[in-house]
Amino acid sequence: MKIVYNGELDPRLCKAVLGETIPALAAEDPDVIYLDADLMNCIGTAKWAAANPDRAVNCGIAEANMIGVACGLASAGFKPIVHTFGPFASRRCYDQAFLSGGYAKNDITILGTDPGVTATLNGGTHMPFEDVALYRALPGSTVIDVTDPTLLISVLRQCVNRPGVKYIRVGRKQYARVYEDGSELPIGKAVTLREGSDVVIFAAGIMVHEAMKAAQTLEAQGIQAAVLDMFSIKPLDEEAVEAWARKTGAVVVAENHNRNGGLYDAVNQVLAERCPVPACCVAVEDEFGEVGPQGYLQERFGLTADHIVSQVQAVLKRKG
Amino acid sequence: MEQAKKKELQALAVKIRLAALEAIHSLGSGHLGGALSIADVLAVLYGEEMKIDPQNPQWPERDKLVCSKGHAGPAVYGTLAVKGFFPYEELKTLNRPGTRLPSHCDRNKTPGVDMTTGSLRQGTSLAAGMALGDRIKGRPSRTFLIVGDGESNEGQVWEALAFAAAKKLSNLVVLLDWNKRQLDGWTKDVYPMGDYVAKFEAFGFDTVKVDGNDVEAVAAALARTRKGGDKPYAIVLDTVKGAGIQEVADTPMNHSISVNDDQYGRWTAQLRAELAELEG
Repeated sequence: MKIVYNGELDPRLCKAVLGETIPALAAEDPDVIYLDADLMNCIGTAKWAAANPDRAVNCGIAEANMIGVACGLASAGFKPIVHTFGPFASRRCYDQAFLSGGYAKNDITILGTDPGVTATLNGGTHMPFEDVALYRALPGSTVIDVTDPTLLISVLRQCVNRPGVKYIRVGRKQYARVYEDGSELPIGKAVTLREGSDVVIFAAGIMVHEAMKAAQTLEAQGIQAAVLDMFSIKPLDEEAVEAWARKTGAVVVAENHNRNGGLYDAVNQVLAERCPVPACCVAVEDEFGEVGPQGYLQERFGLTADHIVSQVQAVLKRKG
Repeated sequence: MEQAKKKELQALAVKIRLAALEAIHSLGSGHLGGALSIADVLAVLYGEEMKIDPQNPQWPERDKLVCSKGHAGPAVYGTLAVKGFFPYEELKTLNRPGTRLPSHCDRNKTPGVDMTTGSLRQGTSLAAGMALGDRIKGRPSRTFLIVGDGESNEGQVWEALAFAAAKKLSNLVVLLDWNKRQLDGWTKDVYPMGDYVAKFEAFGFDTVKVDGNDVEAVAAALARTRKGGDKPYAIVLDTVKGAGIQEVADTPMNHSISVNDDQYGRWTAQLRAELAELEG
């Protein structure tokens, strides 16, 4: 694994990465099977799926049934990868993922695309700020917020062979490039992207890029901020949370999610039990989504580097 | 059907009723009505139609049963115990702490249970996925799905049926237990669903309706589902909730009932007399 972050976007669209990676995984492993709910064309799998009807199943616009079918396939010996947009991959089929998947021990990987503000012009109906909370509450689950295309490939490969219900939230467009191509990012292990002694920013998904920008701004102000990529929201790297909380004595969590139930809550559990230090978050303040370009939505919900800077300044005032 | 075979299946159905009754009585109460209504189809499935191996319950090429009305667990457990998947005496552990026989079917607990069910509707999509998986794997297996008529209030049931027809899952046989009652009363009063045969046919199923408490009729209907083709099969089982024990059938609200020692003694005596006659 090598960190190559320089603030520039990775040229790859994540939907194109999915369109290549899913067929590649299927080619490597005859038990991998892919299911979609009439959104194959949104992640570039439609052509491959049409040519491989025994490896790809279009389940129509019926997500609850799709999850159940995937779980039935799992019981028949398959390793299903299921895709639809985030709200339909979480809220709409949660009972099925919970019982037919988790409770019945049918192991499936669920891809929820366009999490939070990355749903942009699809607006509030398509904008999940609660998917992480739902899947964190499913016993034995894995919950991933994707950082960049390289990480997406790495975690998808791991999830296919991992027990339980695995939920991966990923935007379909571009992300800032963080990791060198081919890097392996073990699930459950946070990545220290930047060292710092004054405060630690635990970030996930699109907020990693914002956190790195904020850290640069803070450095110019004489504040040394560490930045950790917490892509593995569950299992959480609790040792890293504790170690960095102790080292810096102040915590800011940045996530493209409601402040309830997501990474902030996960981090706060560790802080409360092991290392209580001042903490605050940059997250959605218990609101529904709305329509707009991503830049507007990030400003609207405060998911920006500037907001991270101000939250860091605020939390430092509370530091003893 | 030969008379000997018919009597054998009828006897198995009585044994399933006895076993379910024994399990529920040992606890004092349970979902007896809907367990009794499917005893005959379970007898035909496990006594005639399904390829199974009680010594090897995970045999990949076996036929599978998904009892989506998972609260009928005691009938499924009774069947599996009679067929030797686990010791008969274990039936008395129903719902006891640490049991392998929970109220609703659990594939991770009970030898011979092919799928976890209980949250009504979810077994339908699971069964469709199992049938699709067996087909893709090239297995000759078939999946038999028991759905309750009350359960069919749930929208996911119809999503799953549409899927099964769209994917031409002719290795899937849906058995609708049309026992005409749900928890709150008669389905015609609580939530009438109309003509099930017409609905299944409209969804693209090869459909028949039979007396679901007549093993010969059920066996004949199941036999015609072996021919493959490009449609999934549906059999609407015209049943009585509580079938086989008249007092239970005559109890209007018999979804979940208590069974006291007097009732147990009376009903088991009746069933044992029937069994003796069939095996005599």
